[in-house]
Amino acid sequence: MSVDKTTVGRIAKLARIALPDEQVESMMGELNGILGWIEQLHEVDIDGVEPMTSVVAQKLKMRDDVVTAGGDAAAIVANAPQTEDDFFVVPKVVE
Amino acid sequence: MSELTHLTLADARDMLRAKKVSSSELTRAFVAAMERARMLNAFVTETRDRALEMAKASDERIWRGDARPLEGLPVAIKDLFCTKGVRTTAGSRILGNFIPPYESTVSQNLWDAGAVMLGKTNMDEFAMGSSNETSYFKPAINPWRARDSNENLVPGGSSGGSAAAVAASLCLGATGTDTGGSIRQPAALSGIVGVKPTYGRCSRWGIVAFASSLDQAGPMTRTVRDAAIMLSHMASVDEKDSTSVDMPVPDYEDGLEGGVSGLRIGIPKEYRLQGAPPEIDALWQQGAYWLRAQGAEIVDVSLPHTKYALPAYYIVAPAEASSNLARYDGVRYGHRAEGSHDLVDLYEHSRSQGFGAEVKRRVLIGTYVLSAGYYDAYYTRAQKVRTLIKRDFERAWEKCDALLTPATPGPAFPVGRKSNDPVSMYLNDVFTVTVNLAGLPAISVPVGLTENGLPLGLQVIGKTFDEATALRVGRSIELAANFTDRPRSWWMA
Amino acid sequence: MSERASKYIRGATGDWEIVVGMEVHAQVLSNAKLFSGAATVFGAEPNSQVSFVDAGMPGMLPVINRKCVEQAIRTGLGLKAKINRRSVFDRKNYFYPDLPAGYQISQYKQPIVGEGEVTIDLRGGETRRVGIERLHLEQDAGKSLHDQHPDYSYVDLNRAGVALMEIVTKPDMRGSEEAAAFLRKLRSIVRYLGTCDGNMDEGSMRADVNVSVRRPGEPLGTRCEIKNVNSMRFIVQAVEYEARRQVDILESGGTIRQETRLFDSRAGETRSMRSKEEAHDYRYFPDPDLLPLELDEAWIEDIASSLPELPDEKKTRFMEIGLSAYDAAVLVGEKETADYFEAMVTEGAEPKAAANWLNNEVFGRLNKAGLSVVTSPVSPSQNAAILQLLSDNVISGKIAKDLLDIVWSEGGDPRAHVDAKGMRQVTDTSMIERAVDAVIAANPDKAERVKTKPKLAGWLVGQVMKETGGKANPQAVNDVLRTRLGITHEG
Ligand SMILES: [Mg+2]
Ligand SMILES: [Zn+2]
Repeated sequence: MSVDKTTVGRIAKLARIALPDEQVESMMGELNGILGWIEQLHEVDIDGVEPMTSVVAQKLKMRDDVVTAGGDAAAIVANAPQTEDDFFVVPKVVE
Repeated sequence: MSELTHLTLADARDMLRAKKVSSSELTRAFVAAMERARMLNAFVTETRDRALEMAKASDERIWRGDARPLEGLPVAIKDLFCTKGVRTTAGSRILGNFIPPYESTVSQNLWDAGAVMLGKTNMDEFAMGSSNETSYFKPAINPWRARDSNENLVPGGSSGGSAAAVAASLCLGATGTDTGGSIRQPAALSGIVGVKPTYGRCSRWGIVAFASSLDQAGPMTRTVRDAAIMLSHMASVDEKDSTSVDMPVPDYEDGLEGGVSGLRIGIPKEYRLQGAPPEIDALWQQGAYWLRAQGAEIVDVSLPHTKYALPAYYIVAPAEASSNLARYDGVRYGHRAEGSHDLVDLYEHSRSQGFGAEVKRRVLIGTYVLSAGYYDAYYTRAQKVRTLIKRDFERAWEKCDALLTPATPGPAFPVGRKSNDPVSMYLNDVFTVTVNLAGLPAISVPVGLTENGLPLGLQVIGKTFDEATALRVGRSIELAANFTDRPRSWWMA
Repeated sequence: MSERASKYIRGATGDWEIVVGMEVHAQVLSNAKLFSGAATVFGAEPNSQVSFVDAGMPGMLPVINRKCVEQAIRTGLGLKAKINRRSVFDRKNYFYPDLPAGYQISQYKQPIVGEGEVTIDLRGGETRRVGIERLHLEQDAGKSLHDQHPDYSYVDLNRAGVALMEIVTKPDMRGSEEAAAFLRKLRSIVRYLGTCDGNMDEGSMRADVNVSVRRPGEPLGTRCEIKNVNSMRFIVQAVEYEARRQVDILESGGTIRQETRLFDSRAGETRSMRSKEEAHDYRYFPDPDLLPLELDEAWIEDIASSLPELPDEKKTRFMEIGLSAYDAAVLVGEKETADYFEAMVTEGAEPKAAANWLNNEVFGRLNKAGLSVVTSPVSPSQNAAILQLLSDNVISGKIAKDLLDIVWSEGGDPRAHVDAKGMRQVTDTSMIERAVDAVIAANPDKAERVKTKPKLAGWLVGQVMKETGGKANPQAVNDVLRTRLGITHEG
């Protein structure tokens, strides 16, 4: 499978990465280089094989239902580029 | 001063305990070495003041008689580990001036054991790379140079800064992370020891995630013993990481000298690559010979799906990365593009400006392979291949206790040589990546120099949670190889 | 509106059947969030209940809250559903400022709970089964405030990561009344189970309603999903509006486009949500930070054995002790109400009488006062005592109501009030007659005057009360006195 320019544009949109028109072509070439190389996986007979879910056999850890975090809004927003009254601020979202 | 920086971590520990040297003296020596080696670009953040403070506190503890296992030993931390109050970049512009309000479990374990932090080491952006050239902070440089050459070589990646720092004796040891070979490959290219433990051995909590099902932290040191010591104090059972294993961490230094007598060492035939330099093959045979000479039994094994490991990896890792890196959006921390008129614009430009070329490529590949209609053809298939690769190893374990392979397909290469061809860059991890896909522990040990005077390493792969055997075999190889060469100190300012 | 009118909608070309399915997001009752240790309390200061995990900080990892898993299992059992021994957490990837990690941890292909059912109670005591498709655990998103500033939105992550149970039904409801009845019943069940507080005002329960219309007997039509309908009343309005809209389109030759719509409660209409219209590609895949969730048989059995009696079982039991289906359904709707009723019965009240008393007297008063059975000033045992007095013929029905008012405002033992206020019904009229005659005989002048000025009778009544030691019913005394003196009307 290979990707065309429209697909590259669609993926970039999904990934929220601005890709100027003049870069689409070269990105398409690079992606197709990688995808072409990955193609060899289709040689493998995977009939009846379970996809790996966890590489090391063990049980899911669980936490107790106790409050152990929070209470420090200042630390949560400390690294934010724009804040107001402990809110994160973003350009207006129109619904 | 250079005497002190050439100590092994084990020897420095013993001297500190015997009060033959203080941590402050030792730390000052390493800080000086670090500051004189800026040409190597091994560190992105130096924490001199913090190092000296920690050393002073360690000296007090040593004098009080309550030294901890790593008391006063200066180490470096890959900039993928979040360090409380100290900028953490993951080698990326998008993290901007991110200052974590928390400390990663692994680095906290080191501080709790008494270690001293010298600084944060350079790395490929988000650990995506095999040469340290994708770093936003420019490549780290390998302290090694080819005989009669002044050409800068890559230290390998992604833990390139850590590898360079250890190889140039700028620290006693450093942390690395290994998703497809990012500890073992730079260790081999820089002439040092690197260990990737079993998946789940070291907590991933507080380590900037690249590919969650593959990432694993480990030590990078100049000797196998040092790696064993450091790993003992990096690994832990962590309630904060659902994938960390509930299994007590052994003291890996114990039994390190147990030798290989009676062990069965497998040689996987699929690791013999066409077109690989003959030196690699010769070294591999040499390694097998050394182990046989020490009483090991060498057996041929087959890992038939080896060939498919890299392509499977380049589906699974980018897929997970595309999701893990979605959080870098310019809202809560990190780089935000100026002048965005709406939210989508802000996302797209912050991410486009903040991520480098390799990261963008992988995020796009990952997004594509997970997208509707392609998920099964790519991701599910790759995860099935992963099951087959793991099965290969399980079959091999019926015949042997550990595997011996080359660590890399070649020695360090010049900066810029492979950076325009992603796939050829990816092939650097051909011997290491299977181990990540199967979650196994492995160690890379330096064993000799190429004709050109560049280091090469061998890799020992262990069974799940059997780091101890891998380390023991690694120690036996180290003893036999007696690799004592050091890079010339051309970088000293 | 009749049952039929609610199930069908009359178009210009005949009847259309309204088909409804629902996805309900119910917030799990827990102290901490699904994958972090931050608190879940409603209404806290912005970003004050946010852990580094919830904020999607680099390197942060989820660890699941055992209680949330237990609550999902408990709810599954309450919905008579299959509990899946193995389920998987997936990442649903999309960008939104409410979603800090860029993905929501949810369960996609393998949810924790499979198929089940809910019996809904319709008017007239009729019931109907609604199939449950699945229940899965997932994280809630944060909250953006869009109306604080002309250019900016403000993001608060307090809700981000709170555990939700998404409960998906089959398209088994017909019309708005059944939709509302389903949600009412579901709310009742989770509240009985203690797995969700069902507080719709605080967003603890939100419904996405799928509506389609079809000719009776035809295959299902194209559905539209109406997002976040957050009250029973709005569900009725939204379904009615949307069904009418679809019928109008179909009857004018159009086709229904499958889309996500928003219910505007002020306008009482549904609108297309354009933001949701762009093609979504969530790129689900198993979250590699978590392992599959494997449940022990013993744990499930443990939870099953601790399940409370649920509304349906309670209703059956109430009907067995003599209540009508309607009364029983009303009483079991809220666990507190059922408990209140049962406490009255335990205190000796006759069930049917207790149900009538609650429905006819108590609930109305509580409603008017803005109170509930939990905050009621009259306790079950006080109510039971009043009913006891009534059934023992100590007081009359009318006195019983008065007595309820007295106990309501003054508290205390109803029997004591009856005694103190002489409310006891005296059936021995001869005793009263004797006392009246004696008082008339002793005060002939006064008795004469009362004959012409009946308003003065009070003094004589007082004398009779004194004579009987306050035990006579004042009304009865009054009546006897008037008869004896021949007073027929008020002077
Ligand atoms: Mg939904
Ligand atoms: Zn949902």
